[in-house]
Order: sequence, then structure tokens, then C-alpha cells
Amino acid sequence: MKEIIKIAWRNIWRNKLRSSVVIISIVLGIWSGLFIMAMTYGLNEQRINGAITTTLSHGQIHNPKFLSDQTINDTILYRLAVITSINTIPQVKAYSERIISPGMVANAKGTFGTQLTGIDPQNEIKVTEIYNHLIEGTYFTKIKRNPAVIGKKLADKMKIKINSKIIVTLQNSVGDLVNAAFRVEGIFKTQNTTFDGSTIFVRKDDLAKIVDFKNGEINEIAYVGNSLEQASIIAEKLKLKDKNNKTETWDEISPELGYAQEMMSTFLIIFMLIVLAALSFGIINSMLMAVLERKKELGMLMAVGMKKQKVFAMITFETVFLTMLAAPLGLLLSYLSIEYYSTHGIDLSMFSSGLESLGIAAIMYTYLPREMYVNVTLLTLLVAFISSLFPARRALKLNPAEAIKSL
Amino acid sequence: MNTVIKTEHLSKIYNQGEIEVKALNDVSCEFHKGEFTAIVGPSGSGKTTFLNIIGGLDSPNTGKVVIDNTDITKLKSGELIDFRLHNIGFIFQAYNLIPVLTAKENVEFIMLLQGIDKEYREKRTKELLKEVGLGKMMDRRPTQLSGGQQQRVAVARALASKPRFILADEPTANLDSKSTAQLLDIMAKLNEEEGITFIFSTHDQRVIDRAKRILVLEDGKIVEDKKM
Repeated sequence: MKEIIKIAWRNIWRNKLRSSVVIISIVLGIWSGLFIMAMTYGLNEQRINGAITTTLSHGQIHNPKFLSDQTINDTILYRLAVITSINTIPQVKAYSERIISPGMVANAKGTFGTQLTGIDPQNEIKVTEIYNHLIEGTYFTKIKRNPAVIGKKLADKMKIKINSKIIVTLQNSVGDLVNAAFRVEGIFKTQNTTFDGSTIFVRKDDLAKIVDFKNGEINEIAYVGNSLEQASIIAEKLKLKDKNNKTETWDEISPELGYAQEMMSTFLIIFMLIVLAALSFGIINSMLMAVLERKKELGMLMAVGMKKQKVFAMITFETVFLTMLAAPLGLLLSYLSIEYYSTHGIDLSMFSSGLESLGIAAIMYTYLPREMYVNVTLLTLLVAFISSLFPARRALKLNPAEAIKSL
Repeated sequence: MNTVIKTEHLSKIYNQGEIEVKALNDVSCEFHKGEFTAIVGPSGSGKTTFLNIIGGLDSPNTGKVVIDNTDITKLKSGELIDFRLHNIGFIFQAYNLIPVLTAKENVEFIMLLQGIDKEYREKRTKELLKEVGLGKMMDRRPTQLSGGQQQRVAVARALASKPRFILADEPTANLDSKSTAQLLDIMAKLNEEEGITFIFSTHDQRVIDRAKRILVLEDGKIVEDKKM
């Protein structure tokens, strides 16, 4: 077998151009597969992180009725007991109490639907990163009376600037419609234009006065753990301690994020199948050419007594060697490009309006779990091996007497 | 005399479209140890087909080929490959060396397939290449050798497996006069001194002149069998 391996190794250098083409195609196949995976993983990570750091946090607690119709009166039941419970869970890093009220916001340019989120800014900055997304103004530090921080898209629609006054209309706790004036202190821009087009943050105490909450009522508690993995651990503990309210993790609150992940996994499988199929046809084509060009030599080998298994092994080894040469190069190229774009990002600003409506940032950062490098490499080697079977089988079908005479 | 090959009523028909071509027509003959036989005849007379069948590279439609009491027409594909490896040496018109191996490696390769140990392999390879006058060119690849030198490597390769006989299909067809003469001298010497049996098909008068036996084929039949 050693000699067969030696011949196979030397054979691949007989036609350097063809071998180089095969190697380059495998390198590009591995790179394109891994890079697209890294883009998809990165995109999904960014989308989930964006949602978690701007709105969802790691988990939320609500009155079960609030989840179905978002009525302001469906406040957290036994709030103080819930807060005590949260404080006893060591994995909880921070939490923020919120009042949530759907309403209308109006100015001279028109009236728009909105969601007012009443927060305690000091606690909220420990849970979400809206303050990091401010593009104008400040985050509840300058305006003393009824300040508001609003999304850029909403601000653009209403042609609002910092210090502009807006009037919100909403339903208070006794069911009456009430109006209140707020002054815009900050404008934020996240990667999710839908969120930016409908969200207004105000101080919880200001909103409580408007909706007539007198005893510290809230509609939502958002919490974060020390890591995303702890979201479900915290949720489980809260579920045991608090049977009156409903605790949900980020993926339960926003299942579409999970669906997107599943959809992307399916997309990745399809994409990889296409890449590997193209790679496979490339290898088959090149190796078949190599076999047909060497008919006379293969015929001679069979004539002088080389067993068919050895001829088969020789062709298979040639393909596997080419793949083994190409795979490290493909992996290195992939690793370098993925690492580079994981810190520098890929600028997709030309598509930003479309992407942002899907909650995707204009700068995409690649990310790929380490095990995917191994998986794709093993898959490529497997495809190369399978692709070598057809040309090797073709070699076996040669009739030595005819092959020796072939030109 | 010691019979090495015996053919009985060999027939081979090729179908070329709707036309049947009888490449061999009831050919029976014997080859004996130590013979130096030229199979001659015009193009299409069946020389190559005959060599292919007695070499186990092709099978006849009827008849049998018995080599040392083994009817090779009854052997399965794998058995036939093994039989060829241990019993038959081949020399081809176009040399058919493995281009990625050196002269030494080409000769050694056959013994590797036979599973012969390294020490003996290397010793025999050197001896054989010296015998064909290529002792100083052992590390050259086929592309670094002339046609005549390549054919001499092919002779050494054919001898490497210690075959019962050597089949050569037009071995001098691609060689110039000098190379042809050198090759024939080597083959004749091996035949005379070591008793190697050679059977070759040829058109070349220089080869025919050196043969000890001439079989003339016409239209797939032996029409003359001359001992010189």
C-alpha cells in the first residue's frame, strides 16, 4: 500500500494546473461555506443580542392577563413579594421595573401609534443598552419635567428634534383617556427600525402619575443574569417562587427569534448542500479527466497484475490527498477572514433600510463556533472521498487490452 | 520439450456494428520453454488478439489456453490478475512505464505487487537494470530516458517477476535501428543464457531475422509455423 500511496501522491503533481484548480476549488468551497455560516451565525447573534439589549433582556415577568391584551391595569401581582424573590436569586445581575402603556403620540405633523415604557433610568441602564444607542440628546439627565427618549424613526416621522414637545394620549387605570405633554430629551437608534418607529421611553414615576398608579404598580419586570445561559435557570427559580405571575425567557417572549434561528439553520444546510454538490461535481470532473488521460497507464497496471482494489485505492488516494492539501488552506483562509470581520464588521449600509426593518444592523460581524470548522472540514473530506468513488470505479471498468492501445 | 503454453481451437469474434470480424479462427498451437518466437502477419491478421488471449488480457469466444496445466480461460478476474502477476511478463509497444516512478522504482514495482521483501527486491532490480545496460540510469524517470532506454526498462520490469514467459507486442515499433539492435541483443542474450521464453508480435524484419521460430498468421489462422 505504501507504494500505491507514493504513486498517488506523485500522480497529483503530474498535471499541476489541474491539481491547482481542484485545490483552489476545494479551498473556495470550504471558505465560502464557512464564511456564509459565519455571516449567518453572526447575523443571528447580532439580531438576538440587539433584541435582548434593547427590549427583551434575558427574561420578563408579567401578570398573565397583561400578556393577552396589554391592559394597563393588569399589573404584576404581589409586586413586593416578587421583588423579594428576585433579590434572593444569586444569578440575577439586575432587574428593571416598567410600566407599559400603548397610546398615541401627536404633534403638528400628525398622530402616531406608540408604546410608552415607563422606566427607572438608573435601573434600566443595568438591564438594557438604550443609552448606548443615543444619537442625539441625553438619557434622562437634563430635562426635569416629563422627559422622553424616543426612537429615531418615530422622531423622523414626526420631524421632532431635541427639546420638542410631544403630546401622548393613553388610557389611565380607571379607563379614562388622558393627555400628557413630554419633552424630547434624547433620540435613540437601534438596529430595529420597527422598534425605533414606535417606542417612547419615559420615567416610570411620571407615567405612574399620568395613569394614576398610586401604590408602585408596574406591568413588567425585566431581568438579566450574569450570562444568557442563566436566563432559563433564573426563570425556573422564579416560576417556583412566584406562581401568580408569568415568567418567560427571551426566546419564549419573542419566539420569532427562535424561528429565525431555525430558518437560518435550514438555510445553512441547503446552502452547504449546494456548495458541497458543486465541489463534488468539480472533483468528479477533474478526477475523471485524470483517469481518462491515463487509460493506457491504468491498463498497463492492470495487465501486469495490479489488483483492482489497488487501482481503486490509488485514484481515491489522489482525491483525498488533494483535499487534504486544500482543507488546511481553506480553513486558514476562513479563519483569518472570519476573525477579521468579527472585529471590523462587514458594511452592509447600502442595504441598511431593508435590514434594519428586520432588526438587523447595517454592520455585520461574523461569528462561527469552533466546532463548525471541524464539522465542515470533515464534511468536505467525506464529499471528496465520495466524489472519488465514481472516477475510481470508472478506472476499474477499463479493459486492460483496450486501454493499453488507447492514445 | 517442456510445453509452457498450449492453445486449443481459439476463436475470437469482434462485432463492429453489424459486421462480425473473426480475429482468430480455430487457432491451436504450443509454445515451449526457451523459445524465441515471432508472430508475424499483416495488419488485422490477429497477432495482437492472439497475444492478448494467451496473456490473459482478453478472453476467447471458444477454445482454451493452458499455461503450465492451468486453463486460464476458466480463471475469475481476480485470479487472472494474480496469475498474470506471477507468470507472465509484458513488454508493450509504447513502453508504458509509470511516468512518476524512476527506472528503478518501475522495475521494483512489480516485485512490490508480488510482496517480495525489500532487500531482495533492491538487489534484483539493480541486477536487472545492469543486465539491460541501465545500471547508471536507475534514478531517472521515463521522461529522462530515450525510447530505447525506456523499452529496456520495460524488459527489466517484465523480467522482474520471474515470469514463465514474456509477451512483447511490437516491442521495436517505436525504436530506431540502434535501439532495436540493442534491445534484440538483450532479449536474445536472456533467451540463450537464461532460457527466458519470448513471444512477440512484430512487423519488423530485424526482429524476424533474430527469431528462432516464426508463426505466420493470416485472417486469424496460423498459415505457417517455421523453426529457424
